[in-house]
This record gives sequence, structure tokens and C-alpha cells, in this order.
Amino acid sequence: MNLAIRDIRHHMGRFVLTCLGLALLLGVVVSMVGIYRGLVSDALSLVRAPAPDLWVVEGKTRGPFAEASRIPFDMRDAIARIDGIAEAGAVTYQSLQLEIDGRILRAFVVGYEPGRPGGPANLAEGRPIERSHFEIVADRRTGIPLAAKFKIGADWFTVVGRTAGQVDSAGNPTIYMTLKDAQKIQFQQEGAAARNLAVRGESGTPNQVNAVLAKLKPGVDRLALVQAIERWKHLSAMTQNDQEALLLQSVVEKARKQIGLFTAILLVVSTVIIALIIHTMTLDKVREIATLKLIGAPDRSIVGLILQQALAMGTISFSLGAGLLFLLAGHFPRRVEILPGDIIALASAVALACVLASMLGVRHALKIDPAQALGG
Amino acid sequence: MNEAIVQLRGLSKHYGEGTTRVDALKEVDLDISAGSVVGLLGPSGSGKSTLLNLIGAIVDPSAGLIRLDGELVYDGRWIRKDLRRLRLEKIGFIFQFHNLIPFLNVSENIEIVLELAGYTLADARKRSLELLDYLQVADRAQAKPSQLSGGQAQRVAIARALANRPRIILADEPTAALDFERATIVIDLLHRVADEQHAAVIVVTHDEKIMPRLDEIHVLRDGALMEKEAAG
Repeated sequence: MNLAIRDIRHHMGRFVLTCLGLALLLGVVVSMVGIYRGLVSDALSLVRAPAPDLWVVEGKTRGPFAEASRIPFDMRDAIARIDGIAEAGAVTYQSLQLEIDGRILRAFVVGYEPGRPGGPANLAEGRPIERSHFEIVADRRTGIPLAAKFKIGADWFTVVGRTAGQVDSAGNPTIYMTLKDAQKIQFQQEGAAARNLAVRGESGTPNQVNAVLAKLKPGVDRLALVQAIERWKHLSAMTQNDQEALLLQSVVEKARKQIGLFTAILLVVSTVIIALIIHTMTLDKVREIATLKLIGAPDRSIVGLILQQALAMGTISFSLGAGLLFLLAGHFPRRVEILPGDIIALASAVALACVLASMLGVRHALKIDPAQALGG
Repeated sequence: MNEAIVQLRGLSKHYGEGTTRVDALKEVDLDISAGSVVGLLGPSGSGKSTLLNLIGAIVDPSAGLIRLDGELVYDGRWIRKDLRRLRLEKIGFIFQFHNLIPFLNVSENIEIVLELAGYTLADARKRSLELLDYLQVADRAQAKPSQLSGGQAQRVAIARALANRPRIILADEPTAALDFERATIVIDLLHRVADEQHAAVIVVTHDEKIMPRLDEIHVLRDGALMEKEAAG
């Protein structure tokens, strides 16, 4: 006979309310991990979109995301000519704050050469950039519809395609445009500043890019190629894996620690709350437990009653919390990504927390004297 | 003469030592026979509950000997290590406020004792219904204790005490919460149980209205057993 289930049924209202409260707390725990995973996905989506084999950046820098990197545009051709390189494309990256229909939009602008590495991975709708100027591919999160026209700097741009979930590590949506347009936005000065540059003989748009992305021919030794490129003292090169690791280390590491600490604190708080609830439930059952002991129930039956209730509370609350997060994940301002492995790990942590939390109640229950069942 | 189901020899219990020593029970010798309903009387603090707790293997005696249903269970130490098992096998308890488990229904309150004793679920259910039928509360088998009247709840408590066929029933103020009519029914039931199951029923009571219906009355005063009084 399962005493735990029968006791829960007897106090169903109280149990459900407790589980709902706990579900919200555990939902926050799950969301913390989901937010972290989303942060990682966001950070990597920008790096993974072009899917190059090599990132070539300014010498002795770890650019273009962890550090600033500028290299001459013509390096793209120099890289492309290296034996083993299949194709290379120059890219620029910059953050931009736009005002569209009175709305402030912070976006991450990627300038690339259509037909070469560096562009968006997959389009959710529309078409890729085909013209050399004034066309853009914007992510859906910009809220800019297909075929919309808006002004950046002095020029009007048309949205010809849209990506889905393409953001930078800060969660800002990405806008792709041609390299020439991006360079103009990034480097070209206007008005007095432009005149000042002209006086100094520095007019025009500097033909610089932030990185060159390269795809390799099959079977090429990547490390050997990296070393070959780095022999040119003004260039650094790294593989896609290196770039991803660097990005996670430099951009996401602190957030990971912060969120990890917060998650641990929430788990401890959950454990304390479960412990207090289970202890209170045990105190409510002192006479029943004393009676059970008196009529011959062994300690394992008493421990089972308390432990099963704690686990039931944890399991139901965690399921409700995780379910709630699944429903609400799409409404969070930043990506929330819930992975099966994380759910299993968190569920195990919650189960462990329940076992620990029930110890207080178990300790109290084991101390109950069966004589307490006697008398008024 | 019926056999003695409960035999106590020189049973003592004290708390504390030296100047703080309190003798709760002093060298009690007592034999209680099968088929009898025996009352333990005495003012508050006289040692009634202590004696009940000692016979029920709930409290450790300080000295003496306890023999239950022919088995020596205490002779300066508990012979068995698992006292809960001893209680489960030999003793049924009836409480002042019935102490039914509120989250179990009537039948389950009895079945749990039987499950603990090793009955299968089907056998436990069958025995439970037999007992409820015997005590004329079978129609309340699925009810929760909170849905029972005081008399019904006490009958269910008696059924639970009888579940594993113990030969010793310890009843702590079983009629204190009942009116005269219901108290009489409960005592009659205990007599029936004692007769039909050859059990010894020990009732701790202050309830004067049931005293004439007891077979024997033992009076405790300051932890010592007074002369046996005939009752009934």
C-alpha cells in the first residue's frame, strides 16, 4: 500500500498549490539554463552561419569578435591563391543603431561578398542579395518585413530576404549587406569630417575588411595552412573550432559563470523550500507516524512515505516548471534553448535536492516516539 | 482456569537517578488470562500509562520480567531486537481517539496492519472485510475516518487492533470520547473479542460507567499495584 500517494490524495488541494509554487521556482531554474544555452547558440550562430574552415584576421589579434581586426581587402586574393584554399571571402562586422519608423533598432551588420564565404546560412524567406548595392537580408527579429525600404546613412536599402534566429552574441538581429555598402557605412565620413580627411589626402573609403573567411579543398591539413598564413607577420589565422572556442571563452564565459551561480543558488533555495514543506508535512503527521510505528510499521515504511512525497513534489513541480518554460520560451526577449541533456541533468539535480530536502523530515519522523499515539 | 497471556514479574520503571529519580512503576506482578477484560485504574500519574507502554513494548522497563502469550520477551533486556515486529505479532492497540490514519479509508486502515504482517493484498482485503462485517461496519469500508461517527470509528479501531489476530489487546481510554450507549457497545465488543479470540484485553480507563462491565479491576497508586478488585 503506497502511503505517500494516499496522503497526497487526502491533501490534494494543498499539494497541488505547493507544486504550482515550486513549479514556478523550478521553471526559473530551467529557464536559467535555457537562457545560457540560448546565449551560446546566439553567439555561435554568427560564426557558424558562413561555415568557413579558416578565419584570417589581423596579425597578433584574436579577431574579429574577441578583438578588433583590420586587414587590407586585397588580402582576400592573396589568401585565395594559397595552395589548398578553395575559396575566400572578405567580411566586415559592425554594430549599428538604426531608427526605423520611429523605432530604435540595434542590429549587427555583416558586410560580405555575394557568392563568396561570409553570407547568411539559410534564408527563411525571400532571396539572397544579387545586386552589388542597396539590398539587404535582415533577420526576422529586426521586425522589418520583406520588401521594406529604409535608410542607413545616406542610402536607401531594400529587404530582399529574411533569416530566422540569426543574431550576434548580444542577441541583436543580424543584417547582411554587400561588402561595399558595409565598408561605406563603417568607414566613410561625411560633412566636416570628410572635408578634414580630404585636406589630409585621406579621402575615400578605406579598402579594409575585418576578416577573410576561407574554405579549404578536401584533405588539406588545416593546421599546416594556419601556420603557413601566420608566417606572414601581419596576419593571424584560426580554424572554425578555434574561433568558436575563442568566442565562447571571451564572450560567454562570464555569463556562464553568472548564470551557473544563479542556477546553483536557485537550486539551493528550492532545496530549502522543499525541505521546509516536507518538514511541515511531517509535523502534520506526527500522530499518524506514531500510530504506524505502534502498529508495527518499520522505519523503511516511514522513510518511504516522506521520501516518496518529496520526490513526487519535485518531479511534478519540475515537470510543470519545464512544461511552462516550453510554452513560454518563444516569448522571451532572447533565445531560450532547452536541450534534452540539460533537462535530464536538471531533473537529476532536483531529484537529489528532494532526497536531501527530505532528510530533515525523515530525521524528525524517525525520532517520533510511538507512545505519542497514546493518550489525548 | 484460563492460561495467563500476560505475565509480569517485578516490573519496574523509573526515570532519572539520585535525587531526580522518579519511580513510575514499582515491582508490579500481574497475570492476565485469556478471555478476560481487565481494567487498569488509578489517578493521573499513578503509572497506568507506563504499565500499558511497558506491556506494549513501547518503553524499556528498568527491571523485571515480561512474558507475552507464552513468550519471554523481557528479562532485563528485550529478547527480540525488532520490537515493532513483536507488537505487530502479539499486540493490538485501541486508542482514546481511535487514531485511524486519516488518509486511508476504513478498509485500508485495517489492510495496512495485515500488509505489514505479510498478507497478500487480496488476503488482507478479505480479512479486513471479515472484521468489518464482524464489527458491523462493513458498509463503511470505503469511507474515510472523518466520515465516521465516534462509535463507528472506535469499532474500526477495534477491527484494526484485531487484524493480525493478536492475543493481547491494549486499550487506552477507549470509551473516553463516547457516550454511555456507545461506550457500552464498545465494552461489549471487547468482551466478545476476548471470548471468541481467546485474547486478554487490558483497558486503561477513568470511565466509571464501564467499570461494572469489566472482569477484573487493578488499581495503581504511586506506581504500585493495589489489591485486585473484582468487578462486574
